[in-house]
Parts: sequence; structure tokens; C-alpha cells
Amino acid sequence: MSKSSEEEHPQKALGWAARDSSGTLSPFHFSRRENGDDDVTVKILYCGVCHSDLHTVRNDWGFTRYPVVPGHEIVGVATKVGNNVTKFKAGDRVGVGVMVGSCKTCECCQQDLENYCPRVIFTYNSHNPDGTINYGGYSDMIVVDQRYVVRFPDNLPMDAGAPLLCAGITVYSPMKYYGMTDAGKHLGIAGLGGLGHVAVKIAKAFGLKVTVISSSPSKESEAINRLGADSFLVSSDPSKMKSAIGTMDYIIDTVSAVHPLLPLLTLLKVNGKLVTVGLPNKSLELPIFPLVLGRKLIGGSDAGGMKETQEMLDFCAKHNISADIELIRMDDINTAMERLAKSDVRYRFVIDVANSLSQ
Amino acid sequence: MANSPEKEHPVKSFGWAARDASGHLSPFNFSRRATGEEDVRFKVLYCGICHSDLHNIKNEWGLSIYPMVPGHEIVGEVTEVGSKVKKVRVGDKVGVGCMVGACHSCESCANNLENYCPKVILTYNGIYYDGTMTYGGYADSMVANERYVVQIPDGMPLDAAAPLLCAGITVYSPLKYFGLGEAGKHIGIVGLGGLGHVAVKFAKALGSKVTVISTSPNKKTDALEHLGADSFLVSRDQGEMQAAMGSFDGIIDTVSAVHPIMPLLGLLKSHGKLIMVGAPYEPLELPVFSLIIGRKTMAGSGIGGMKETQEMIDFAAKHNIKADIEVISMDYVNKAMERLGKGDVRYRFVIDIGNTLVATKP
Repeated sequence: MSKSSEEEHPQKALGWAARDSSGTLSPFHFSRRENGDDDVTVKILYCGVCHSDLHTVRNDWGFTRYPVVPGHEIVGVATKVGNNVTKFKAGDRVGVGVMVGSCKTCECCQQDLENYCPRVIFTYNSHNPDGTINYGGYSDMIVVDQRYVVRFPDNLPMDAGAPLLCAGITVYSPMKYYGMTDAGKHLGIAGLGGLGHVAVKIAKAFGLKVTVISSSPSKESEAINRLGADSFLVSSDPSKMKSAIGTMDYIIDTVSAVHPLLPLLTLLKVNGKLVTVGLPNKSLELPIFPLVLGRKLIGGSDAGGMKETQEMLDFCAKHNISADIELIRMDDINTAMERLAKSDVRYRFVIDVANSLSQ
Repeated sequence: MANSPEKEHPVKSFGWAARDASGHLSPFNFSRRATGEEDVRFKVLYCGICHSDLHNIKNEWGLSIYPMVPGHEIVGEVTEVGSKVKKVRVGDKVGVGCMVGACHSCESCANNLENYCPKVILTYNGIYYDGTMTYGGYADSMVANERYVVQIPDGMPLDAAAPLLCAGITVYSPLKYFGLGEAGKHIGIVGLGGLGHVAVKFAKALGSKVTVISTSPNKKTDALEHLGADSFLVSRDQGEMQAAMGSFDGIIDTVSAVHPIMPLLGLLKSHGKLIMVGAPYEPLELPVFSLIIGRKTMAGSGIGGMKETQEMIDFAAKHNIKADIEVISMDYVNKAMERLGKGDVRYRFVIDIGNTLVATKP
């Protein structure tokens, strides 16, 4: 008979888990493996609430295994390192993002693209090599192979920097891969939420001209005055959209609801690129004529590799970029999830784990 | 009052036109402009029948203006050149493809990508700079600005070269631009018709390993033995498709009917590219997960610029690449269109204009 989640590993752990697709979270006792030779044990201080956490607890994508402890924007302090660990020592500020393992031998892993490894192990809701399910950062501690741990820069605030571990890398990686970093080029960012607002900051640091494309006119003032976007396009205003036709070199689409792609494609110049990082749970309609007539491209992107995640954090530290957050207590998580579902957050909730998760 | 097609220009011309969305073609008297100082005038010898011709004569894209003389895979012999023309002389063999004009001042034109110019003028069913309709190559003669004329190298068979002017450039351009036509790459070609068969030949000549992906198992022998594809995948065979998953660097999709793309995205390796050159009129369903997991891309491509079209013709001449054609007489064209609608051609009809058009004059 398989062991209970409390007994399957030697180290006791406490977190909050969802037990069913209502998505309601509550305290959950479980266990973590012993710190191995390649491992780093992290006392978790903060964990960002990513929209993927919400999708997962509610089983929106259909592959959630309950009980699930979400959380993949983890920042904390290393408390123990294994014998083979050279990059970190106890006391270091560290971060853990969306993955905790991969095969390490395939072409993707060899190119520092562990996120595209066919055997990638995500931080939560994935199977460990020993067959047990792993649990994420809404918990007091985590044990992670050093390869999947990043050094958290000294000058970044730990709470506001936590969302960079997913939101940050998710927009930084495609900006690099799809060549969206030439100063002066025009980038559109569709959706101004967790991903979108970080994308504005990183894009401005690359010297891009940035237009936020949003269905919410109320976000305009913040987008321009606080986040630094150059302009704001209300996607539900046909005449504004028309005047912006063929003006953008690239668009990052962060929207995870089903939405029409045609209006975004028409905003692109010839040879323009639309990169989708949002994860709608249904197919989108893709009209082919605009792609053919303008040699336009639509590409996906999924987080980023570990080397690139470190590079992104260091870039953000250099440019003083962190997320705009609302710090919450662990026991406010269900209210936060409800508000997140209505996009009622500017722009990421971060759980103050160390100060509010108690036995 | 607008002039009739016969009177609007000084030089008489004769061709076949569709008069309405039935798409039925019949003899048509019209006229073309005099040879301007940058123009090349040529006697049309052959014209390929592109599937776009069929879409257009039946107004399937809702853009047709009648009467319409289709044809944008046009090959012939120069009869007159304007005083400023340097590229060709009388007697040279030349071709004209899908366009006859553009703005020449935008970024696309400056990059030799006239095909992406927002003011591009198509060879037929377009409006020329002087406001008159453009008429295509199902006709006795053509006149075009030198920039839009390609030279056909000596020794290249003219009838089999004609389809390269649209089908050829349509597949050559993305093979080069997206880095799919090179040694070490494994490319899939979806659909084995006019575009597909030429894509196999170009991809092989560029050094790629090529798999044809088709719904028709009966095209397998031709694909492997005649066209030189390395393998053949029946897209309706679940087992075959499953076994081939994650094995393609790129796929060129020539299919213009609506079809599922999720299986094609599944065939790609991570970072693979799916390039659409067929243009379904209705949107396709895009499973976004399939792009995100594996960082895959989908893009479109439409013909190519003039510089690249000449490069493609020269490459084809060097590697002995020509289309597989069925040469027909002008008066067979309606029957050919019917057969084309059913995919019943291996793989392009080419009208023998030079020898059979004049006999159809009433």
C-alpha cells in the first residue's frame, strides 16, 4: 500500500493544498526528500501566485492530481547544501521557478533549455523519478537539485522579485529568442496582468517602444505613468485598432482567455512576430491569409532554461526591475484566488510564507 | 464613360476570360498598353494553370472583377523592349509571375520584397497605375515593367518552367527564408499537388531530407520513385503519424482546404516550424499548447520578391528542376479547371498558348 503524503519522505513539511477542482486551498501536511548530494534545501520566505496556480487548482487543463500544492515563484534562503553543491552555501538568497528536474542528457538539456526537455519535471503536479508527486512553493520548505536553483540578487526585494521566477522568465525568454530586443523597435503587449506588466518593464529596459493592448481602458494611466509604456491601445475600440494597423514589429500575447488573433495579427508589420505565452484551455481561431500575405509568424514560448533564468534575474537586478505586488497572508489565499480569477490584482499576489504559514 | 476592354489601350490583344462566378472561360478580345520605355513586350508561349486561377474565376475569395483573364505563370519570347530596358532583348525567353507592379518606395520594396508591398499590383484581377484592370497570361501577349520580368536561362524547357513562376517561388522562398532547405534538415511537405511536387524537388536539391505527408496513399510510388522524396507519411494513418512525431525540423503545408494542424505541430521537433503556403479561406484551429510546449512556430509565406524569383529560376535551371506538367490546348481549359477542382492532375496543367490560342479566335 503506498505511503501517505506525510510519510513517503523523511522530512516533514507543511503547505496549503487544493483537494479537488473547487480549487479551495487549506493546510496540508506532507513530506520532502532528504537533502541529497546535489540538493539545496530552501526555507521558503515568499511565493508568488501565478495564474497557472489558479488554472491548476481548478483543473482547468484537465491534468491536475489532487492534493496539489501549487507555487512556482519561490524565493527563500538556502539552509543546507549537498556535498556536490558548489554554487550555493547555507544562508544564500535563492529562487526556484517552474521546474525542478529534467533528463540532463537530451539536446534541449545540453543547450540549457531544460524547460523544453521531454522529461521535464515541473515544480508541482509532476512526478518525481521515484514516482511520487511533487509539491510546490505554498509551503515552508523545498528540496531542489542545485541545477534548478538560482541565485537571488542582493539588490532585488525578495517579495517583489518572486514573480520574476515565472512571469519574468516567461516574457524575457521569448524577447531574446525571437529577437525582440533591438532598441527602437515597437513591441505590443497584449494583456496587462502578471505577465504583461513585467513585460512592459523588461521591454523598456531593452530600449523598445512599448504599446500595451488591453480591453480595460481603466489600466491606461498606470500603464503609461507608472509602468512606463509609451502608448495604450484599447482593443475593443475599432477605430483606434484600425489606426494602429501594421505598426508593430512584435507582439507578446499574455492573454490566457480565448480571444481573437486576427486583430493582433493585423497590428503587425510585414515579417512581424506574435508570440503567445498565455495558455488558453481551448484552441484559438487562426486565420491564415494574414500570415501568408505578410509573412507573419506566430510562435509559442514556455518559461525559460535555468541559465537564462539566472541571466534574467541579473538583468532585472541591474535595471532595478521587480513586480508590482500585493503581499498576502497564507490564509488569505482563497480570497486572492477569487480576485485573481476576476483580474482584480495590480499585478501579482505574493504570499508572505515565512510570516504567515504556521503549524 | 469607361472604355471597353477592347478600346482602353492601343494594342489589340486576344485571350480567354471568365465573365462571372461560374468560372466558365471563353474567347475574349481586349487590349494592352503600348510598350513604355521600361516595358518588355512578349509573345506568350505557355501559361501554367495555378489553383489560384480556379479560386479567382469562381470568386471564392470574394475579390473577383469580371471579365477576368487569369494566368500568372507566363512564359514567352520578347518581341519589343522599351528604350530604357537593359535586362532583356528581342528574342530572349522571359517569364512573368504573380505581380506586375508595386510602390517601389516602402520598406518591403526596398528589400526586394515587392510581394509584401501593401500596394502590390497583381498580374491579373489587379488595378494598374493608370487605373485599368490587369489581364493575365491566358492571352497572346503580355507587356510588363522590366522589374517584373525574369530571364529564362537557355536550355530550360519553357512549358515545364512556367509553373515555377508561381508554384516554384512560393515554395523556394520559405525554404530559404526559414532555413529549411539545407543539408541535415528533415522537412515535411504536406499535400502533393502543384506546390507540393515542386517543393519536394527544391528541398531535395537544397540538401534536405524530405518526407511527403499526404492523405492519398496512391501517391506514394510517385513521391518516392519519381520525385525523389525520402519517405511518405499517410496523414490518416494514426500509427504512422505517431511513429513520426517529433522528427521534423520544418513542414511546408501546401493544403488550401481547412484541415487540422495539431497533428502537424506534433510531427515537429521542439523549435520546429510549420510554414503555410496554402491559404485556406476559413481560419484553422490553433491549439496554443502545441506551440508553447516545444517553442514551435507557425508562419505564412506568399510567393517571393523579383530578385528571389530570378534566383529561384537560375537555381532550377542549374539543378534541372522543372514542374511535372500536362500540356493542354486552350480550348481544353474549362475541362482542365474541372479536373483541377478534383485534384486530377499530375501535377500542373500548362496551356500551350503559342500553338493553340489563335485557333480559338471566333
